[in-house]
Amino acid sequence: MVAEGSVFRYGDNVDTDVIIPARYLNTANHAELAAHCMEDIDSQFVKTVQKGDIIVADRNFGCGSSREHAPIAIKESGVSCVIARSFARIFYRNAINIGLPILECEEAAASIKAGDRVQVDFDSGTITNMTTSQVFQSEPFPPFMQELIAAGGLAAYMAQKEGV
Amino acid sequence: MGMTMSQKILAAHAGLESVRAGQLIMADLDLVLGNDITAPVAINEFAKFGKKTVFDKEKVALVPDHFTPNKDIKAAEQAKAMRTFAREHAITNYFEVGQMGIEHALLPEQGLVGAGDLVIGADSHTCTYGALGAFSTGVGSTDMAAGMASGTAWFKVPSAIRFNLSGAFGPYVSGKDLILHIIGMIGVDGALYASMEFTGKGVANLSIDDRFTVANMAIEAGAKNGIFPVDAVTLAYLDEHYKKEVRIYEADSDAEYDATYEIDLSTIKSTVSFPHLPSNTRTIDEVGEIRIDQVVIGSCTNGRIDDLRQAAQILKGRKVASHVRALIFPATQKIWKQAMAEGLFDIFVDAGCAVSTPTCGPCLGGHMGILAEGERAVSTTNRNFVGRMGHPKSEVYLASPSVAAASAVAGYIADPKNVMEA
Ligand code: SF4
Repeated sequence: MVAEGSVFRYGDNVDTDVIIPARYLNTANHAELAAHCMEDIDSQFVKTVQKGDIIVADRNFGCGSSREHAPIAIKESGVSCVIARSFARIFYRNAINIGLPILECEEAAASIKAGDRVQVDFDSGTITNMTTSQVFQSEPFPPFMQELIAAGGLAAYMAQKEGV
Repeated sequence: MGMTMSQKILAAHAGLESVRAGQLIMADLDLVLGNDITAPVAINEFAKFGKKTVFDKEKVALVPDHFTPNKDIKAAEQAKAMRTFAREHAITNYFEVGQMGIEHALLPEQGLVGAGDLVIGADSHTCTYGALGAFSTGVGSTDMAAGMASGTAWFKVPSAIRFNLSGAFGPYVSGKDLILHIIGMIGVDGALYASMEFTGKGVANLSIDDRFTVANMAIEAGAKNGIFPVDAVTLAYLDEHYKKEVRIYEADSDAEYDATYEIDLSTIKSTVSFPHLPSNTRTIDEVGEIRIDQVVIGSCTNGRIDDLRQAAQILKGRKVASHVRALIFPATQKIWKQAMAEGLFDIFVDAGCAVSTPTCGPCLGGHMGILAEGERAVSTTNRNFVGRMGHPKSEVYLASPSVAAASAVAGYIADPKNVMEA
């Protein structure tokens, strides 16, 4: 599986309250959530994000509440992958469970800039910055996680495997 | 190598003799929790599994507390979806408005969690029950759905950071100041993926309500869980509330920790977290003059009876400053009644505070106390992220009930000592 897109760049501790503010949590509708994704720190995000685009951030991305609405809003916006120096643990779990690929890569997060064109190969864990031709290596996903993401998340994966 | 307290509980629930940090395990759950925001999402996922029943109708807890009493039509629909599911599946532990409370105060009070339990909740502050010697951690809605269906969850066994406590708090200092101090010291990702284990002689000097406050905010340091040893204070609480048998796990003497911090409780000062991160702390003497518009006392962090008593001690016979709105949210119906019986509501209302039915309300910027642009609040809640309590350009300062009450009186962030001596 390969993803490719332009980069939206953020810093440390991007919390779930800015990914999707609680004032919009009175719905579980994916499109409505995506319509407000990142708006408190980046009013341009929703207006300019294209299918396949990639978010790159620094440390502790997704800290704060356990709302699954946060990775859902990001995925529904069309984002194909989030790359960060580190992720908050509940966000990490939720992203995998809903089928949003996320990669921890210190070097990639340190050098990729907003607007760069980036390609990610999930099988090998290779991240290529096509704008600068730099290549970074992150941990590839173990096979069960790849299957889970390909199935579209834990629910679909479990249903495929028949029962729980 | 020995195991930490958290690892012992995980091993026991995975049916394993021992586990080590980093190991992936499948473990049996004692309780699965959800609320009116996270459960509707989980219920949708649950439907996809094609399972007709939950794994155990007594081991699922559903609490409408975030946007209830329903704040608008959409919130009402969400609450209804959860209520309908609870009825269909004959969920024993569904708590309707009128019996409910904020989930993390309610579940211990109802005796649904106790020492040695393994609990997941689709709410990040599920880590609160570590105060009782349980391993509890927040997950997302999909994990909740899988937990409700199967009674199991996967875990990556955490390593631990130890906080070895000694001494006792000085006047007007409480569990909130301790945990804000710790988060200020290690940062919002200082315990990322790890357990925070509290040990030492000082633990005995922490009330159960102090421990709930400390464990509650473990997630604010990025931790997977926070946990206290089981002692006489815990057992007295469990004796009163918990119906099942208490399972006591202790860390091995040769357990390894990523780090150990020695903390003398007598050195902790009243502490405030400045916007927009809980780790952005200053002690009360470093705060300077910060004029405020609102004070919130309540939430799963500080809405328990001890918290309300501490606030009342300061508000008694005093008035809230004329430019401040002070809002009090007892965390459960039982705490509400107790506060009323103790005469605390007279004190609050005479001082000019508004007292609410239990709800998360303003804590997450839901309803019942939203901030306008440029407004500042001192709050006993647990998060002060951008926009957490309202307008993206409003500010939240996190503090203890004593500091919040003193600030309500002074009209700016104030040291309880100064207000009491004025
Ligand atoms: S009181 Fe606040 S932190 Fe606690 S469960 Fe409610 S919204 Fe979450």
